[in-house]
Amino acid sequence: MDKILRVNMSDGSVKVEEVPEKYQLLGGRALTSSIVCDEVVPTCHPLGPYNKLVLAPGMVTGTSAPSSGRLSVGGKSPLTGGIKEANAGGIPGQKLARLGYKAVIIEGQPERGKLFLLKISTGGAELVPADDLAGKGMYEINKTLWERYGEGTGIIGIGPAGEMMMRNAGISCNDPENGPGRYAGRGGLGAVMGSKGLKAIVVDDTGAAGVPVANKELFDQGRKKLAKALTTHDVTSKTLPSYGTAALINVMNEAGGLPTRNFSSGRFEGADKISGETIAEVTTSRGGKMGHPCHPGCIIKCSNIINKADGSYHVAPLEYESDWALGANCGIDNLDDIAELNRLCNDIGLDTIEAGCTLAVAMEAGLAEFGDSKKAIELLKEVGKGSPLGRILGNGTAFTAAAFGVTRCPTVKEQAMPAYEPRAVKGIGVTYATSTMGADHTSGYTIAPEILNVGGDVDPADPNKAELARAFQATTMFIDSAGYCLFIAFAILDIAEGFEGMVESVNGVLGTNWTTDDVTKLGLTWLKKERLFNEAAGLTAQDDRMPEFMKYESLPPHDTKWDVDDRVLDAVHSYTVEE
Amino acid sequence: MIEVEVRLFGNLREKAPGSGEPSLLTLPEGATVDDLLNHLEIPRQLSKLIFVNGVRSDTSTRLKQGDRVGIFPPVAGG
Repeated sequence: MDKILRVNMSDGSVKVEEVPEKYQLLGGRALTSSIVCDEVVPTCHPLGPYNKLVLAPGMVTGTSAPSSGRLSVGGKSPLTGGIKEANAGGIPGQKLARLGYKAVIIEGQPERGKLFLLKISTGGAELVPADDLAGKGMYEINKTLWERYGEGTGIIGIGPAGEMMMRNAGISCNDPENGPGRYAGRGGLGAVMGSKGLKAIVVDDTGAAGVPVANKELFDQGRKKLAKALTTHDVTSKTLPSYGTAALINVMNEAGGLPTRNFSSGRFEGADKISGETIAEVTTSRGGKMGHPCHPGCIIKCSNIINKADGSYHVAPLEYESDWALGANCGIDNLDDIAELNRLCNDIGLDTIEAGCTLAVAMEAGLAEFGDSKKAIELLKEVGKGSPLGRILGNGTAFTAAAFGVTRCPTVKEQAMPAYEPRAVKGIGVTYATSTMGADHTSGYTIAPEILNVGGDVDPADPNKAELARAFQATTMFIDSAGYCLFIAFAILDIAEGFEGMVESVNGVLGTNWTTDDVTKLGLTWLKKERLFNEAAGLTAQDDRMPEFMKYESLPPHDTKWDVDDRVLDAVHSYTVEE
Repeated sequence: MIEVEVRLFGNLREKAPGSGEPSLLTLPEGATVDDLLNHLEIPRQLSKLIFVNGVRSDTSTRLKQGDRVGIFPPVAGG
């Protein structure tokens, strides 16, 4: 990969630049965050002309490395007010990489109300007026753009939520069947894209040269070791393709850590009706698909395609976080209505975690009864319409809680918590509090050793998790930068050869000599940059805190409160890095 | 004798008639999780995660009247 595409929305210019030396060994999250740190004024308005949207495939994305199709998207978050990186699977990341683009930088701002589409192919890149696509949902956008630009093209786009610059707007990447279900969802980056007047990016890699590999022998050795780990480990070879990620519903429910009815209980009596086991059963009986890959070359295949009762396509995927957020957290146990809520999120262009937590807060405020899935569907449709109520809900959990005076607001840095109760599992709470991203399980998935007995075995109730959270955040930073799906971690945390393989595959592509020890070191170096951006943006240690209600409300069934000392939280990022 | 409430998940469900529903099992006083696994004929490598009343437990955990037991094969997600 040898170039950066810079698109200025103020003057409509599209330039191809050489990759500066300082970015040559970066990719994915390390690259989007480095560019954001170097080019974005930390105090800027996230929706103004000085913010930038940066897209970068990972270091090995676009190669034959297994499960490596991730695309990172970065910028300043309108939700958290800090730096944001959200990454997604789907097909566009690999195509962008094969076209030789290490990053695409969208900057400036056009005249308000103008809408464009960016087309990228071997013939170059151009901005095309796209006013005719205004207000359209992502299903229609993907369909229209395949008709216009050819089946199989990669499509990165925003729904009406992004156009309306709502803080819960995500960015969709299409899957191999052209569904819009693979989202760089978190933190409102869809609103940043909307603020740039960019409705979609079409990526056509026909005739592309592919990703250069510096040391093919080493790369092949590494990817084979990694593939062996993924096909050997029970989780990545059996559980995920058979039951999908929602296999976790029953696990977290048994552990008493499945947030239920707006984080008021850790157990949901309807858990089994929305579990991975039930999803697999229903999906198979209706002719849907389990073991669906979100991009070519994924050998884990945790995704699924959910059909309606009549056998027609409904949504893909229905995964754990969405199933929980729109299900248990809203007291909803009707799988078809959860699938419909998920489909609506994908169409309107919303992050499902934030949307589910928002609906739960709205239920707490009395806008619907917990469990009333039909009313939840109506509320979500308001977001798509952009009604005054819809605009409140579309701005997320914290905004909605403020609008309705709800104090049980499960957010950190205004970003809603994912599907693990921090009062039951302390380490993930430490991650939520201290992540540069706001409450985000993927930034340091301590659930693996705390609950799943993967990558270690630690007591979820132990509050001293600073080192654990730091180590997971650093390793995750490396995986997010490499372009690998985070789920490879389940295998490589248990199988040392797989971990070596990951590093060797990266070394093979980049020509580096990194060791497995360097993974943490590099991760911390890149994390530090994100921390410094957040500090300059005005975030302090007081933003690395859990919501107050968790300190005084006991969570059933364990009847525990958030009791982790603030000093533990402050210790997570107390480290020095070599410059 | 004690009575415990047992839930089997993932592919272990094949071992439990009435999939998805908890079953009530009667075991001798002082029985452990290990005894329960023997009773259900569940191989140890398939019982990766064991929760007793929401707390991660192992095969040596002693069971009491009314305990809620959940048994899982290797699982992860996110």
